[in-house]
Amino acid sequence: MDKFTGKIWVLGDDIDTDIIIPTEYLALKTVQDMAPYAFSPLRPELAGQIKEGDMIVAGKNFGCGSSREQAPEIIKALGIKCVIAKSFARIFFRNSINNGLLLIENDRLRDNVNEGDEITVTINESIEHHGNQYPITSLPQNLVDIINAGGLVKAMRKLNGLD
Amino acid sequence: MGMTMAEKIIAAAAGVASVKPGDIHTVELDRLMSNDGTTHLTIDMYNKLKNPRIADVNKLVWIVDHNVPCDSVKTAASHKKMRDFAKEHGIQFYEGEGVCHQVMMERHVTSGELIFGADSHTCAYGAVGAFGTGVGCTDYLYAMVTGKSWLLVPETLKFNLTGKLNDGVYARDFILSIIGMIGANGANYMAMEFGGEGLKTLNMSDRICICNLCVEAGAKTALMEVDEITLDYLKAHGREPKHSFKSDEDAVFAKVYDIDLSTIKPIVAKPHFVDSVADAKECAGTKIDEAFLGSCNNGRIEDLRVGAAIIRGKKVHPLVRFLVVPASAEVYRQALAEGIIDTFMEAGAIVMNPNCSVCWGSCQGVIGEGETLISTGTRNFKGRAGHKDSFVYLASAATVTASAVKGEIATADMV
Amino acid sequence: MGSTIIEKIIRNNIGKEVHSGDIVTVNVDRVMIHDIFIPFVASKFEEMGFTRIWDADKAVLIYDHLVPASQVDDTRHFCIGNAFVEKYGMKNIHRADGICHQLMTEAGYVKPGDIVFGTDSHTTTYGCVGAFSSGIGYTEMASILGTGTLWIRVPETIRVNITGKLPENVMAKDIILKLIGDLGADGATYEALEFAGDTVENMTVASRMSMSNMAIEAGAKCALFTPDEKTAAYCGISLTDKEKDLVGDADARYCRVMEYRAEDFVPVMACPSNVDNVKPVSELTGKEIDQVFIGSCTNGRLEDLMAAAEVLKGKHVAPFVKLIVTPASRKIYREAAANGTMAVLAEAGAIITHPSCGLCCGRTGGILTDGETVIATNNRNFLGRMGTSRVNIYLASPRSAAACAIAGKIVSP
Repeated sequence: MDKFTGKIWVLGDDIDTDIIIPTEYLALKTVQDMAPYAFSPLRPELAGQIKEGDMIVAGKNFGCGSSREQAPEIIKALGIKCVIAKSFARIFFRNSINNGLLLIENDRLRDNVNEGDEITVTINESIEHHGNQYPITSLPQNLVDIINAGGLVKAMRKLNGLD
Repeated sequence: MGMTMAEKIIAAAAGVASVKPGDIHTVELDRLMSNDGTTHLTIDMYNKLKNPRIADVNKLVWIVDHNVPCDSVKTAASHKKMRDFAKEHGIQFYEGEGVCHQVMMERHVTSGELIFGADSHTCAYGAVGAFGTGVGCTDYLYAMVTGKSWLLVPETLKFNLTGKLNDGVYARDFILSIIGMIGANGANYMAMEFGGEGLKTLNMSDRICICNLCVEAGAKTALMEVDEITLDYLKAHGREPKHSFKSDEDAVFAKVYDIDLSTIKPIVAKPHFVDSVADAKECAGTKIDEAFLGSCNNGRIEDLRVGAAIIRGKKVHPLVRFLVVPASAEVYRQALAEGIIDTFMEAGAIVMNPNCSVCWGSCQGVIGEGETLISTGTRNFKGRAGHKDSFVYLASAATVTASAVKGEIATADMV
Repeated sequence: MGSTIIEKIIRNNIGKEVHSGDIVTVNVDRVMIHDIFIPFVASKFEEMGFTRIWDADKAVLIYDHLVPASQVDDTRHFCIGNAFVEKYGMKNIHRADGICHQLMTEAGYVKPGDIVFGTDSHTTTYGCVGAFSSGIGYTEMASILGTGTLWIRVPETIRVNITGKLPENVMAKDIILKLIGDLGADGATYEALEFAGDTVENMTVASRMSMSNMAIEAGAKCALFTPDEKTAAYCGISLTDKEKDLVGDADARYCRVMEYRAEDFVPVMACPSNVDNVKPVSELTGKEIDQVFIGSCTNGRLEDLMAAAEVLKGKHVAPFVKLIVTPASRKIYREAAANGTMAVLAEAGAIITHPSCGLCCGRTGGILTDGETVIATNNRNFLGRMGTSRVNIYLASPRSAAACAIAGKIVSP
């Protein structure tokens, strides 16, 4: 079973796509160019502090707002291993799956952690924090298929006989 | 010995009987214009003064025109600084009313005045016989605090105009030809004065266009003799002349040029200098990505009428962005009433609110890497309209509009 | 058991009965891509290995977020878009005609019962004509361009019944803001909204559009109105029996039913910095403002400009306050010019821009700075959306916004 441990960054409710990446930076050429501006309206220093393997723990409605797919791509580019939130907005959810960014819904964890804490995630099973276990529900099969293919681009390449 | 117009205005402003080129005089200024290009810097310097005061707040006119509507957090902050200061000190303030020089002409400038503007194209005011000159914000601040400044009396280049521009040839073609002839530094530190019978054939819009561009030959100011056309313009805008100076018969000019207006042809200034002029037809066929009809140089109702007459019933080329930007709110309302705005909209143009637009080049309308713009704006310096590796041609409203239809540089008779 | 509108649309599309919770693959009737995302759609499309668009006539490319360009690299998006259109034989392209969502309905790209996806969250707008439309990311858009299909989960439906006559100073915008306030920003996540009742039956298609446009602000997947004669006239069609049948059945299963009396609505605003932070204007009066923005795919239509002009006629914007008007499309701009609305707005001191997304997308069109307050008719007031994170954005109806512009502070319309 896939299992990983990392440090967490804690955010609130309704973290919208304009907070994740403001429109001002959306016409930069690459996601790497945009990544330093992630979360800048809320916490301008955050993008520079996130390290490979860190995780985000947030409140309800994470990723609400625009359809900009740069939002999950940038979070992934910053090295975030997964986002755990009480709930996710619909378009952000689809975009994350399509880019292979792991999202986990859990409505209790957020209120029991502090920023900088370490957690351990066991995929499709549970999250462990300070000895407490938080169970994870598994995803529908069609989404698992996309993730297993390595994202939607890879799934389509397979469809077109390229990989 | 007689005096030129420039000398007479300076003498009056200095309170002396006569002046001559090379003299330095302390002058009382009539008006001080500043825009959002630099006013925030002036305010910063003002606030650092020991005992800051404004000599005469009634002389100040502040205009937000370069980035309207505001397009970045940086300009938003400088606009707010300007707005708050104007509010606190009771300074005449315009925002969104149009390009500063056009607003000044419509509402403030009168003949015989001496005006500093914190913008190089302040020489436009010579169209009504006012001595307007561009200054930096340090000079502006000194004038704002003391009401005065010092001025080196310039020599004058005199242009005696005869004849009349042919149909399809515009004031813009004339002044580009002159700049091409004398060069981008041909009038450095000097005044350029226009007179003669030919001047009578040029309306106020033409005159503003000509004076406005004189700074591109390096001129300190541009001046035109006050005549019936001037007086009618002032009257229509509810103003009286302060002085109606004319150069004396025996005034001394650095050089006198006789120009027959009927010899002028449609001209373009090629990248990247205003004096790099060529016959417009020679550049025909050059592919363009954007066309701009507007600015303090050519965004008046007369210019929009010229463009509308050419494009009526035609379409903007699908791969060209044609920006039409009236020079002021007054121009916009007039164009709206005449149906000209609709003509441009129907043709597929992008009609923007009155502002400096791509002439200023650091705002909406910028062009990208390798792109080419044909523009009625004032400058075609490298990078002026956006990306450092882009190209700007300057031309008349007619040539710009024809090019927008054709998708490549073209004169009006080619579409 | 009966069906909701969304269940009927999906059933008609795939040819079999569906119920909420089902995961199905639908055939896409139309797609919309806008200028910000075209470079990403183009590169993903080619990376996926596609060599042709499944049906090039069903794809529409619209430049609106970057028109006119405000940063030097913006025009790169136009170059990439133009090349993509040329290479794959697309014909439907609008380079400076207005906002994507306005054009999709106005130019006839969307009809009742269609299934439409767009690379923009406010794609929910087309529910105003009874189409199932929703926003997606650019990777999914690339896959639709190649396959013509997309998987979706059939959503549950929240039914919203509104009956009676609205007070004079209340617009459709006030209704949808109130609803979002009641639902919360995630109150309809993954779900469809379905509007019914004589109040919405009496509404113009333009007013319905303001409501379907903002459904995403409650997290909804789509927002649907039953097509009627007004819809038919707007779309330039006559309704087929199938289209007329796009009504929520009496015995359909709804996850929630909300009832409103039109007479109870009052002018409201969404306060900084969440769309569901909704308060009556009467509780906010007196707050000084710096700018008013009337425009966007939510409220940049002719009836919105006319409502503002009615308030502004013969009056002037307060000193040191800016009123920025950005019509939603070229057609609307021309209609407003022809019927005198533009002249009234211009006389009142409005700064009238070319139709585009303008300030709503926060790249230009009236950016603000710390401590400034704007009353805006668009759909979002997120932190930093229109400048720095210390800008206060209040969302309101065009009528309320115009009244505030004259007063220089928040007032009841």
